[in-house]
Amino acid sequence: MFSHVPLLGWLLGAAIAVSLEHFLGTSLALALGLPKIPVLFGFVIMLKKPVLIPGAILYVLLIYFLSIGVTARLSASPANRLAAKLLSLPPWFSVAVHLGLLYATLHMWSGMSAYRVITLKLTLIAVMVTLSLNVINGYMGEFSCSHPGFMALGAYGASVFTVVLFVNDRLFGPSLLPAALAPFMFPVALIVGGMVAALGALAIAIPSFKTRGDYLAIISLAFMFIVKSMIENLEVVGGPRGLSSQPDCANLPTVFLWTVACVWIINNFVRSTLGKALNAVRDEETAASAMTVNTRRTKMVAFLFGAFWAGVAGGLFAHVLRYVNPSTFGIQKLAEVLAMVYFGGLNSVYGSIVGAVGLSLLSEALRPLEILKWIIIPLLLILLMIFRPTGLIAFKEFNVKNLIAPKQKREEEM
Amino acid sequence: MALLRVEKMGHDFGGLRAVNNYNLEVESTQVRGLIGPNGAGKTTVFDLISGIYSPTEGSIVLDGKSIVGLQPHQIAAMGLGRTFQNLRLWRHMTVLEHVKMARYSKISYGLIGAFFGTPRRKREEEEIEEKARGLLDLMGIGRFADQVVVNLPYGAQRRVELARALATEPKILFLDEPTAGMNPEELVQMMEIIRLIHKELGLSIFLIEHRMKMVMELCEIVQALVFGEVIAEGTPEEIQNDSKVIDAYLGREAVH
Repeated sequence: MFSHVPLLGWLLGAAIAVSLEHFLGTSLALALGLPKIPVLFGFVIMLKKPVLIPGAILYVLLIYFLSIGVTARLSASPANRLAAKLLSLPPWFSVAVHLGLLYATLHMWSGMSAYRVITLKLTLIAVMVTLSLNVINGYMGEFSCSHPGFMALGAYGASVFTVVLFVNDRLFGPSLLPAALAPFMFPVALIVGGMVAALGALAIAIPSFKTRGDYLAIISLAFMFIVKSMIENLEVVGGPRGLSSQPDCANLPTVFLWTVACVWIINNFVRSTLGKALNAVRDEETAASAMTVNTRRTKMVAFLFGAFWAGVAGGLFAHVLRYVNPSTFGIQKLAEVLAMVYFGGLNSVYGSIVGAVGLSLLSEALRPLEILKWIIIPLLLILLMIFRPTGLIAFKEFNVKNLIAPKQKREEEM
Repeated sequence: MALLRVEKMGHDFGGLRAVNNYNLEVESTQVRGLIGPNGAGKTTVFDLISGIYSPTEGSIVLDGKSIVGLQPHQIAAMGLGRTFQNLRLWRHMTVLEHVKMARYSKISYGLIGAFFGTPRRKREEEEIEEKARGLLDLMGIGRFADQVVVNLPYGAQRRVELARALATEPKILFLDEPTAGMNPEELVQMMEIIRLIHKELGLSIFLIEHRMKMVMELCEIVQALVFGEVIAEGTPEEIQNDSKVIDAYLGREAVH
């Protein structure tokens, strides 16, 4: 029934659902006996006050499912024609239209409350972190545990950069440049953060890629703890109290654009023959080197590349919260990121997006359950590992061209 | 001058002498064979020359340059292609990706191209794809191009390995038991393919083989290796009638 709806149709449906919520949400929520619009698809309300469950379910069905379904179904053929027309133009244009529509939807959805904005930003950052770890653990097939460490390096690198330059701070003194320049220099700050993380990665990569085996897992785990305790003891950046007063540069469009850039560049890389060399090294290293693949260089590049994006994500994270402290980047963060990678699926950009978005939202939705949340989520992971050991969507290529192409009705459905 | 010249090569695994005083000279477009019982060190000889192990002593000169101590990928890029006794394919990759991967050292678009998908990368990827498809057609497995390699029948997997080795544009090709585990029909096909690539591409070939039929039909000169030492070298006929080879490897018909 929905098999011939192109991506454009779904995005259109989502946009309409969100506008409906924008204009009618409050009155519908009140009519259904809810105190206000359910912020996160009704989960929080349902878990807090079981009496409101029917109302919340009805709200979600009416606002999201019904309107998305109806729009997608009705707009299928015009959307297909539009997608076909877009496809005849340069590909970047069609991609830009899709992304624009996606962004508009997200913007309007998150515009309803500050809580949605922060959840959305953190989810997008989780996508970046998950994807960058998937490059190492999935595509390259080595087990690295140092991602929180890279995030910390990126977060502190970028924060120090912006705070020194643009903020009158008690740690670093008066600002060197006018604060109005901060948004323009913010990309530089993130790249600096990424570079600092990549530099840290180099320290792991040099000793651990001489041989294969479990060395990387052990060294990278140690590295994570070293980074954490190093920052805790570094009074210059605030020590265990953390570093605050980052300029407010990480608004939603910025985070969205960086996430898109991250997905685009990583996807480009893993689909090139140079990037596929990672798979060759993972599956059969001897054969890879006999086929002229420089295995050591391949591994180093991928590891530094993954660390760079974790650093960028860390920089964004610091500027979204406008506060970082070293205890954020500990073993719990590691468990979270690893869970997202393995939940979504190894060796797959789709998988990382699904894993990061799914687990971020799930963990927000289950927040009212407090401690029970940490029983439910691991339980889900165990079940997943039993029934789908490689994750939800593993080993699937993320082909943008196929994604945005119009969908034809299949013969048997006619 | 010989294309590949190995002199006095020796190798120890700990206290075990795996290869001793090994000498080899392969002229261009020559087909040479290496036979010997299991555990004689045939694959070790391959691994030593192709750089997987570094020989304890001796010299190896490929096309006028010494390759002792170089990394396997460097040696491969200098024109030594090889296959493996136990197929070493990349189990998550398609047939086409296998052959494209072997062009790794000739890719010039660099990381910038890989990250940003520049037009140059697009052009180059298309070029190597075209070459790869040509090789797959030559091997008669063009129809499998977009399949994941583990789904292929065994004989076809062997050909993928061969196509992959050829894609590195070798001057000399090392084949480690190319017909291991094949049925008679596949064996004949494989022999045809080896003949074809020898003729079409003008390669030197050095092969390890257990089946005397293959050796007799393909090789110009054969070495017999026993306990890491060459005990005889000559034309296939000479080898077959050499009493030391018969004792150590081929066996006598029981005469009572």
